[in-house]
Amino acid sequence: MNLGGGQVVSKQSMMPSSSCTSWKSTAGGGGSGGGGGDGGVPDQFPAGLRVLVVDDDPTCLMILEKMLRNCNYEVTKCNRAEVALSHLRENKNGFDVVISDVHMPDMDGFKLLEHIGIEMDLPVIMMSADDSKSVVMKGVTHGACDYLIKPVRIEALRNIWQHVVRKRKHEWKDFEPSASADEQKPPEEPDYSSSANEGHNWKNTKRRKEEDDEAEERDDSSSLKKPRVVWSVELHQQFVAAVNQLGIDKAVPKKILELMNVPGLTRENVASHLQTFLPHNCKNLVQKYRLYLRRLSGSQHPGGLSTGFMGSPEAGYGSISSLNGLDLQALAASGQLGQLPPQSLATLQAAALGRSTNSKSPISVPVIDQRNIFSFENPKRYTEVQSQHLTSNSNSKHMNLLPGIPTNMEPKQFVNLHQSSQHSFNMNNQVLIQMGGQSQSQNQSPNQSQIKTQTQTPSQGLRQPVLSNEMLPRGGVVDLATTVYNPVVSVSQASSLVDFSMNHKTDPSNGYPLGGNLGISNITATSSTLQGDGSLDSKVPRRGIVPSYDIFNDLNQSGYRDWGLQDVGLTFDQSPVLLQQSNRSSDMGGQNRNLNSGKVIFSPSGTHRNGSNIGQPCNSYVGENPLRVKAENLHDGSSHNSLYNEQYGQDDLLAAVLKHQQQQQEGVGLGQTESEFGFDGYALDNLPV
Amino acid sequence: MEQSHIKKQINFIKNSLFEQGYLDEQFIQLEDLQDDANPNFVEEIVTSFYSDSTRLIRNVENALENYPLDFCKLDDYMHQFKGSSSSIGAKKVKVECTHFQECCKARNSQGCIRAFQQMKQEHATLKRKLEAYFQISRNE
Repeated sequence: MNLGGGQVVSKQSMMPSSSCTSWKSTAGGGGSGGGGGDGGVPDQFPAGLRVLVVDDDPTCLMILEKMLRNCNYEVTKCNRAEVALSHLRENKNGFDVVISDVHMPDMDGFKLLEHIGIEMDLPVIMMSADDSKSVVMKGVTHGACDYLIKPVRIEALRNIWQHVVRKRKHEWKDFEPSASADEQKPPEEPDYSSSANEGHNWKNTKRRKEEDDEAEERDDSSSLKKPRVVWSVELHQQFVAAVNQLGIDKAVPKKILELMNVPGLTRENVASHLQTFLPHNCKNLVQKYRLYLRRLSGSQHPGGLSTGFMGSPEAGYGSISSLNGLDLQALAASGQLGQLPPQSLATLQAAALGRSTNSKSPISVPVIDQRNIFSFENPKRYTEVQSQHLTSNSNSKHMNLLPGIPTNMEPKQFVNLHQSSQHSFNMNNQVLIQMGGQSQSQNQSPNQSQIKTQTQTPSQGLRQPVLSNEMLPRGGVVDLATTVYNPVVSVSQASSLVDFSMNHKTDPSNGYPLGGNLGISNITATSSTLQGDGSLDSKVPRRGIVPSYDIFNDLNQSGYRDWGLQDVGLTFDQSPVLLQQSNRSSDMGGQNRNLNSGKVIFSPSGTHRNGSNIGQPCNSYVGENPLRVKAENLHDGSSHNSLYNEQYGQDDLLAAVLKHQQQQQEGVGLGQTESEFGFDGYALDNLPV
Repeated sequence: MEQSHIKKQINFIKNSLFEQGYLDEQFIQLEDLQDDANPNFVEEIVTSFYSDSTRLIRNVENALENYPLDFCKLDDYMHQFKGSSSSIGAKKVKVECTHFQECCKARNSQGCIRAFQQMKQEHATLKRKLEAYFQISRNE
């Protein structure tokens, strides 16, 4: 028999629709064919899997078809890529998986792969007789789920269903009420074992997010369409408050939903919103941060942190705070700053500060945190903050969010902080603000905004941005990051805010959507303070803040923990303060370092200005600090320390994230930040207290 | 007896094809796919292969007549050929395709031509043997 040329499209239905249906329903909605899909007969799966095979070689096509049919799959074959695409387009939910050859005359297999990935988001398996590493790599980079070498054996085809399940599983995470993120979180990532618990759901969500970055967008098209929820500021604030309250570790969508108590809001909405804050690429960031924070808190040198920082923070607390500060700093410094929208930092800060709800003075709390994170606060401020901080009880627990960032930070606190300093850390405030996170962020007067802590000094403001920038995972979905990390920079401030350009930038380089979603206001633009670095995102050490997120090292650049404070320059008027880090690098593991010498507000780790606290954390970030914010830069003058203040709305989240990440990062010398931040008296004075 | 004799013959031929390296494990995969729903599956596949590969061979011959040789195109043809011959388990044919591809990479025109001749030969030999094999199998 001759297989004629031309298009060959034949569909062989192996399974009765019922089985298909059931499979589909099990799969969560295959949609097509099958019909109802309500029964979901699990044991029939993967029977009825709908496979589309594309290969210009008729012999191979026949063989594949027979093999797939023998696996009880429903096979449709095409010998032209265009035909395959039109099939897929006509019947959006008609297929579960696509198998395509690489070399095809009418269209390159990788091109087809891209099209499918974009338009339909189906798992695609590539095949070729070519087994050279480069081609296989190309498949991977183009997003293929798998790569089969010809001749294909039936055994290889039997397991293709796993790709479908995997993909759906990720999609479900967002949608399924029962399969809430909380449930699925077995810490799958080996490296985060330690922080498994904490970053647990973050991880999952992150993972899922990573994989389904587009899936969310595709939600609408998928069978699990959900009405989109508009996250208003208020709603976001509620969300952030809930997250803070729970602690980043426990902030699972289910619980967040419960806490928020918003009628009509579903768990899925929360889950997807939560995911937006997770840096796409940095799923590990949070984990790492947590680890880092954990470690810091554990290793906090009692009192090392700062003299001013927290006075005597409960040892743990203090340390944590320092961590936070450091972490944030580190994050900021890690060069990702660019990426992190200032808002993230603000968020972080906020988170950190948030911890101390009880802080006595609103400002104080944040201050402390700020310090930790950004360590730019001046000692005196720290003291204040510390007290608050300390009071905040739960340091340890709140530390979850961000080391050093009092999780309890109430928005209000941020507000206060904000006021004190001029942080108009608008920088990514938007993100933060939008998030509604801590209420204060938004409203605050430009300076005051989130950076509550900022009061301390302008540097604070800087901090925030730094953080945010840092925090923002590069490239990844940093939405969360932006928010989180952005120390709530008051959006309002836009003007002066630290130039968190980091935030905004959806940093092309990193890929983290810096503030992309968050709409981070361009802080950079505004304030000259930060020396305009405009976009922190790029690792441009704008102000010293190194955009790299070093905090999480792994994420970004290998261990570049530079908390990028450098870039923080963002609105940090106080640049000098903040950016010290860069130099330091070594000890703090980078992030902290940026803070070197006093100015560095952030230098979470490296610079011990005070030396004391910081010592520890920075391990992880040591050295890297690409972000080493050059403190000097910070001095740009525009004291936007206030930037930090504002952020706090988001800080909580940010803090949480940072913290998480920190934890992972061990060695973040956040501890140091404390001392460094602002202790040296750099611009702290300017901070509006 | 007749039947078992034929069966033995079939097995003998098949085994020799394997032993001599004409066929490899993929052929067994194809045979495993054969079932009551598709009793002549393997033969169908092989037939399809030969008709498709004949076309390819013609293309290669044409390409080899154009000087200077377009090695890229030739490599591409060989890639396709390799893919389909490996799918049916045509071991020797596949080996010759690889040789051809190597010559293409080396931009060795003479080498290409030689390799092509070898390939054609193996291709034809296998065809003969398989035809005989199927013939006997059908008689079973």
